[in-house]
This record gives sequence, C-alpha cells and structure tokens, in this order.
Amino acid sequence: MNTFTERSGAVLKTYSVLLLFLALKAAGNSAMAWGMKQVPERMSMNPALYLRAMLHPFVAVGVVALILALLTRMALFSLADLSFVLPVTAVGYVIAVFLGKVFLHETVTNQRWLGALLIFAGAVLVGSTSRNTTSAARTEALK
Amino acid sequence: MKWLLVAAIVLATVLGDLLQSHEMKQAGEQSVSARGFARLLETIAQRRLLFLGVACNAVSFFAFMALVQTEPLSFAVPASASSFVLETLLAKFVLHERIGARRAAGALAVLAGVVLVGG
Repeated sequence: MNTFTERSGAVLKTYSVLLLFLALKAAGNSAMAWGMKQVPERMSMNPALYLRAMLHPFVAVGVVALILALLTRMALFSLADLSFVLPVTAVGYVIAVFLGKVFLHETVTNQRWLGALLIFAGAVLVGSTSRNTTSAARTEALK
Repeated sequence: MKWLLVAAIVLATVLGDLLQSHEMKQAGEQSVSARGFARLLETIAQRRLLFLGVACNAVSFFAFMALVQTEPLSFAVPASASSFVLETLLAKFVLHERIGARRAAGALAVLAGVVLVGG
C-alpha cells in the first residue's frame, strides 16, 4: 500500500512538472514569435543583434518563459526517461500550431493539422508506456 | 537559410538533450520549487558536461529566435521536431533506455506527423 502511494505520488509529480513545462513553452514560443516579427533588424551571426532584440518586451517575456521551461524540462529529465519525455512533450507541437493559428493569425493547411494530430496520437501512445526504465524501480515499473 | 537554421536547432538540441538526460539521471531527482531551482543551477555549475548541454540549448535558442523572425510559428516549432527519431535512437543505443514496441510506434507516428506539418 505504501509503495503504491509512493509510486502514484511520483507519477503525479511527473505529470505536474510536464504540464508546467508545456504551459511555459507555449507562452514563451508565442511571445517570442510575436516579438521577433516586430524587431526591425534581421538576425545574423552577430550576437549583439540577439541581445538588442531581447530588449523588446515580448521577446524578453519569451526568453524568460523559455528559460524557465528549459529548467522545468531538466527537472523532468530527473523524473523520467529521455524516450518518454521527448514524445510526450511533443503535444507542444500541436499547441504551437494552434497558437500560431489563433493568436498569430498564421495560415494552417489541412495537411498541417493532420500532422499535428499524428504527433498527438504518437505522444499519447508513448505516454501509455512505463515512466522510467533505467532507474532501480524498473522491474516494478515494467509490470 | 531557413533549413540551415532548422539544422542548427536540431543538432544543438540532440546533443544538448543527450548530455542533459545523462547528467541529470546521475544528479538524482530534482524538484521545481524555488530551492529546487537554486540547487539545479548549482548542479549545472558543477557538472561540466551538463554545462555543455545547456550551452547547446543556448545555440539552439538563438537559431530559433532567428527562425521565428521570418517563418510562422506553426512551421518553426514542428520543423524542429525532426530531431525526434534521431534522439529516440540515441536514447536506446547511447543511454541504453529500453524502447518497447509501443514507444517505438509512438515515436514513428510523431515522425510522420512532423513530416506532414513541415511539408
């Protein structure tokens, strides 16, 4: 009973961190894409251009949100396998297409929507597999 | 130019993810509280390979900034997912994670989706 509670606690933690990551990534991507399109200078190999672009408020919000997303994702890596984290966070691709259409008014073709759905289906499939196969708990988790 | 940026994002992401996943497994479980983040930053400073992984993320980040300046978000984000199958394969062969049939099928569906979204 105790190990069951511990294990469901770990699963709950994994999925909470996952949700936090997806929210930060979606907000960061949208703010970044919106902000960068307002920056007049085209980016090149010059690092000063990127630093100046970060002074734009939307780009700045995007940078902060994406850095927090990066740290959240690293925490997620400590809880689950890379081959679990990667496909499951792929839901973010569908969210990005949706936000691009709704908030950034981008043209999204049927083919692109179909692709987004396939990504989602793949992510769900992977989400139904065990959480961590390399830790000590693997014999338990593989059941 | 846009595919060059996508390539830069993909390569930097793959290398960064592998280094981070490998190092974080050794660093132990982390939390997302304020103190957890402080400890995480400390861990990054102490582990050279983890720091290199974060540097890779920075490269991929700047390339992404340049990409979304000219391309729609609904292209930029899915296109960067081409790193997917390469990473799943590396997770199996380099990190020795077990990739079952369901996980492999899921990753392949994601790949097919990415091809459609990017096309």
